[in-house]
Amino acid sequence: MSRGNAVEVESLTKKFGSFVAVNQVSFAIPTGEIFGLLGPNGAGKTTTIRMLCGLLLPTSGHASVLDFDVARQPEAIKQNIGYMSQKFALYHDLTVVENLDFYARMYQVQARSRAARLRELVDMAGLVGHERDRVANLSGAWRQRLALACAIVHRPPMLFLDEPTAGVDPISRREFWSMIYTLAGQGVSVLATTHYMDEAEQCNVIGMLHDARLIALDDPDTLRAGLGGDLLEIECDAPGRAEALAVELPGVLDASLHGVLLHVNVPDANVGQSLQAALTQAGIGIRRIEQVLPSLEDVFVAMVEAQDRARVRAGIVKE
Amino acid sequence: MSRMWTIMRKEFIHILRDPRTLGLVVALPVLSLLLLSYAVARDIENIPLVVADLSKTDVSRRFIDRYWLSGFFRVAYEVDSESELLQLIDSGKAKAGLLVPEDFHVVSVGGASAVPFYIDGSDPTLAQAAQLAAETIGQVAAQDILVEQLSDSPLRIELRLPVDTRFRFLYNPDMRRLNFAIPGLVACILQVQALLLTSSAIVREREQGTLEQLIVTPIKPWELMLGKILPFVLVTFVNVGLILAVARFWFQVPIAGSITQLLILTAIFLLGSLGLGVLISNISRTQMQAMYLAAFSMMPTLILSGFIYPRDNMHWIAYYAGYLLPITFYLDIMRGIILKGIGASTLWPSIWPMVVFSVVVFIASVLVFHKRVE
Repeated sequence: MSRGNAVEVESLTKKFGSFVAVNQVSFAIPTGEIFGLLGPNGAGKTTTIRMLCGLLLPTSGHASVLDFDVARQPEAIKQNIGYMSQKFALYHDLTVVENLDFYARMYQVQARSRAARLRELVDMAGLVGHERDRVANLSGAWRQRLALACAIVHRPPMLFLDEPTAGVDPISRREFWSMIYTLAGQGVSVLATTHYMDEAEQCNVIGMLHDARLIALDDPDTLRAGLGGDLLEIECDAPGRAEALAVELPGVLDASLHGVLLHVNVPDANVGQSLQAALTQAGIGIRRIEQVLPSLEDVFVAMVEAQDRARVRAGIVKE
Repeated sequence: MSRMWTIMRKEFIHILRDPRTLGLVVALPVLSLLLLSYAVARDIENIPLVVADLSKTDVSRRFIDRYWLSGFFRVAYEVDSESELLQLIDSGKAKAGLLVPEDFHVVSVGGASAVPFYIDGSDPTLAQAAQLAAETIGQVAAQDILVEQLSDSPLRIELRLPVDTRFRFLYNPDMRRLNFAIPGLVACILQVQALLLTSSAIVREREQGTLEQLIVTPIKPWELMLGKILPFVLVTFVNVGLILAVARFWFQVPIAGSITQLLILTAIFLLGSLGLGVLISNISRTQMQAMYLAAFSMMPTLILSGFIYPRDNMHWIAYYAGYLLPITFYLDIMRGIILKGIGASTLWPSIWPMVVFSVVVFIASVLVFHKRVE
């Protein structure tokens, strides 16, 4: 593989009529790494994945998967990737094993090794004892693990997961990600989309999509460090009013609410003292104020706001 | 190739895991044939007739007897005036009326009498049958009376009619309408059945979301299309067997030609029809659209195919539109083999277009199917 990349994307663009779903996106996924594509609904995550799987033709730009061109060699790509779509696309009137067997035959897994492979996957997905259950009777988490098993039945070196954990409980999500780690450990490259920030932290590299553009691309630690300045977390009486006050205060770069907590981005933690004074003066009781490591959510919010400010300056105000 | 078998296996599991639908699929065509045959295949006879005999003579009574003796009419009412007669036809209690005028007896002494015959024309089929029967009966009566008149005349000539036409029906000698109606009905039922069965084949998976998962595998379009069509060829062949058995043993319709040829040509017809269903499924975005397209092909199936109205008299637009459904060709084949007992060589003009149709439809559904989600 050229330069050891499983996926290479260069100025990839997709338009549906006048609507731009993916705009000039470029990134690469080194072999064996987990790449997280982050962003809100409608940012262009699914469209990007579909182009990479050969399901959509790019409007412009280039992309290759395992050195196959997505526009010219979609069938070669399909033979070598695993794909798990948003809705776990299983046949509900077929049993667990029938679904697995169906996809094994679709990918023409050798008859000799098929039975062993199916047993292995049932075991991995934790579905031992449920082989003859119909999918209609399985819980969401089990369906998710079965869908993953179906996607990797032919041992693909590249795996695309489109919001694989949507609608699944936190414990099952954790188990699911440990399976993904195991696969990556075996050399499988993974591209996963998500809007859970805690999941994104698990990825080797993160790409943040916002309004069809890739606004950030780096590993989670670098992204957090790149926020600039320090982050203060404040627990207080009236967080909404406190946010409005903080934004106006000189020296404050940014302030945003995270639940009941207020996150204030400052160039230097010392600004905290004047911030504390201003809030107390406004009659807002502060229970706790401390410096914290920025989360990816902070980074994402800061990036989006920076992007929006830049656009306003450029005079392109998005409706 | 192995992927096609896998699709077929999967489709069979879908079919077998839904016993209610399977029950409908197997039972409805047979039930339709049983019910509809009785509707379309009744011979027109015993038409209710109202008679007003104003003459009340031996001659007039003998004349009236000819009508009910023919079997085409039954004397449902006897009245004494034209107005009463018309009233009964108005109310629909009688479909035809015979008014024998007061002066009818003159026919026995060499005179002539005009005999009005009333027919309810609101149902053209019935009216035509009644007209034909009444005309024939009237003519025969007139001839007989003429012969009698001449024999009774002073000349006493032994009289014979110069021309005696004798009809010989080449096919369907008993003129059983059932024998003609059932092959057509079988074709119509199979056409509707085939389109309904496959019209949701692809679009259902599209709606379920499983199609996206399917087209991200290396499957080839022809493998998917054929894998979707073939299981239903088997299902519809169960229908064919049951339907033909009912036609043969319940309705006593003789199959004059070769059953082997009938089955082979039926298989080609079904491939085309099921393929058309898959094509409909391919171009539909939702199951609703597919159902609509399939359901609206039903009227053309009945009318454009020649099942109800002869195709020869159709406007050219309707005539050529009939070729959009394989039943138009199949109908000729069915009637030819079952009714006339003719073979494939004679039926060739209907066979080759049907084969071409099946192949074209299949190629079209493969070409129309894209392994992309746009």
